[in-house]
Amino acid sequence: MDGNFKDAKTGEQRIRNFNINFGPQHPAAHGVLRLILELDGEIVDRCDPHIGLLHRGTEKLMESRTYLQNLPYFDRLDYVCPMNQEHAWCLAIEKLTGTVVPRRASLIRVLYCEIGRILNHILNITTQAMDVGALTPPLWGFEQREILMEFYERASGARLHAAYFRPGGVHQDLPQELLDDIMQWTFEFPEIIDDIDGLLTENRIFKQRNVDIAVISEQEALDWGFSGVMVRGSGMAWDLRRAQPYECYDEFDFKIPVGTNGDCYDRYLCRMQEMRESLSIMQQAIKKLEESTGDVLARGKLTPPSRGEMKTSMEALIHHFKLYTEGFHVPEGEVYAAVEAPKGEFGVFLVSDGSNKPYKTKIRAPGFLHLQAMDHICKGHQLADVAAVIGSLDVVFGEIDR
Amino acid sequence: MSQELQDLGALIQSKQADAVFGYEVNSVGELVMEVSATSLPGFVELLKSNSNCKFSTLIDITAVDYPSATKRFEVVYHFLSMYLNHRIRIKTQVSDSEIVPSITEQYPSANWFEREVFDMYGILFSDHPDLRRILTDYGFRGHPLRKDFPTTGYTECRYDEEAKRVVYEPVSLVQEYRQFDFMSPWEGAEYILPGDDKAEGAK
Repeated sequence: MDGNFKDAKTGEQRIRNFNINFGPQHPAAHGVLRLILELDGEIVDRCDPHIGLLHRGTEKLMESRTYLQNLPYFDRLDYVCPMNQEHAWCLAIEKLTGTVVPRRASLIRVLYCEIGRILNHILNITTQAMDVGALTPPLWGFEQREILMEFYERASGARLHAAYFRPGGVHQDLPQELLDDIMQWTFEFPEIIDDIDGLLTENRIFKQRNVDIAVISEQEALDWGFSGVMVRGSGMAWDLRRAQPYECYDEFDFKIPVGTNGDCYDRYLCRMQEMRESLSIMQQAIKKLEESTGDVLARGKLTPPSRGEMKTSMEALIHHFKLYTEGFHVPEGEVYAAVEAPKGEFGVFLVSDGSNKPYKTKIRAPGFLHLQAMDHICKGHQLADVAAVIGSLDVVFGEIDR
Repeated sequence: MSQELQDLGALIQSKQADAVFGYEVNSVGELVMEVSATSLPGFVELLKSNSNCKFSTLIDITAVDYPSATKRFEVVYHFLSMYLNHRIRIKTQVSDSEIVPSITEQYPSANWFEREVFDMYGILFSDHPDLRRILTDYGFRGHPLRKDFPTTGYTECRYDEEAKRVVYEPVSLVQEYRQFDFMSPWEGAEYILPGDDKAEGAK
């Protein structure tokens, strides 16, 4: 007999769970997410997300800047759909000051919020497809995102960090040619959706990777504070645009797609359908914009005077100078304003002490709660499913880490 | 809408008279309720289960720092009912040393929010399953969103070419952190302008 086997255990060998570090620089982590995964074989036993790697202290910085200077910070939260975030900030200020936004500005906001929704959904759907192995959708989808970002650029001068929505309206009016081009695009885009649809919806691999993965029941969705597509995928027709209409969403005709199984595949289908609904809202908004001409800013304390007025009136010049140095004052009070961002309910809790700077701002990001449920969702799933789950949760670290 | 919220506030107060200090529907039409910190878990259980409240979703937990108040922090909870379509804001005042009971039992989603409040303000939550820092760096010290924490922080880090690793150093500012004062001197300035002979304190 070779060797000495007296120390061999005859009983079951003790098998230790394997800990794996996922990220923070992993292409499927959609940013800087670090997961500590405890694996039992290939099954995830525990999942501990470490966030904050992109923490920039937005809320702290905002306390030492004026309301208007704080607006661009919102572009940098969820950088996939910047204007939807700005919208929440503007709504919070407008609520507290009691400002009424001119109709044209309101319609432009709706138009650009829906562009933001499509921007976000294209990115999410295509990168999720990439996470589970499909390479073509991102290439096709990103071409369309490029076109949409050009619309951003033509309105605001910036492709991403637009700073276009302002308290009291939007920064500048849109030329008719831009509206025509957007209208033209809304008729071309369904073809692209159909292409992606053809690539993914009945794709064998895509379905194997997504159907019945991360099933979330209605009660779970409530317990974990989900919103947006994450609750709609689980069968609840909850949409802030419909339930608590802000801006002028109540006069638009659109449907709310709802899933039945609450798995990754249903959420994908919801997002696809939401893009089509967004297109219809955009078309309605452009049609309404043709009829409502007028100013795009509620002229007053919150907004600058028009250029022409500034050059003739001394008072207007002083106002312009004071607005961009001291900024406007917001009456004392507290407000919570929420919008249906593409990812879910994006809210701003603002405490004002009556000065020109916010006393406290809390940014409520939908992704924060969605990611929090990772441990709950991933338990019992395979390691390979983790990538599919992250993709379907639709997380962007700009807003989670703030 | 505001009348409904008034009624809802009255109803909640009547059910939990010892927990609720008061309620109001504020100028922007939100129901705001002040409660005592110790009664929080029982109170949110009522919010969740009562058929007239049905606050199914915890929207947010945060805190506000008022350094001059006797009870320094105000912990703020937001709830939403997806069934009855209404919102409520719950506020509770706690001092520096007070511990707030966790509501993770009632709302699992409170977990990270409470971690964040602990991280940013240093408020402790009892019975929290895992009260670690969440957003700040590993090994971070201090609570950044407190009003007495400087915006620049105390440490800065950079990659050191010689040590071949990231090193932490005390913050050194080339110039003082600029906090501009835009208030017009005849409106809100509290300081004495140089050369202002007529000011009270100048003499």
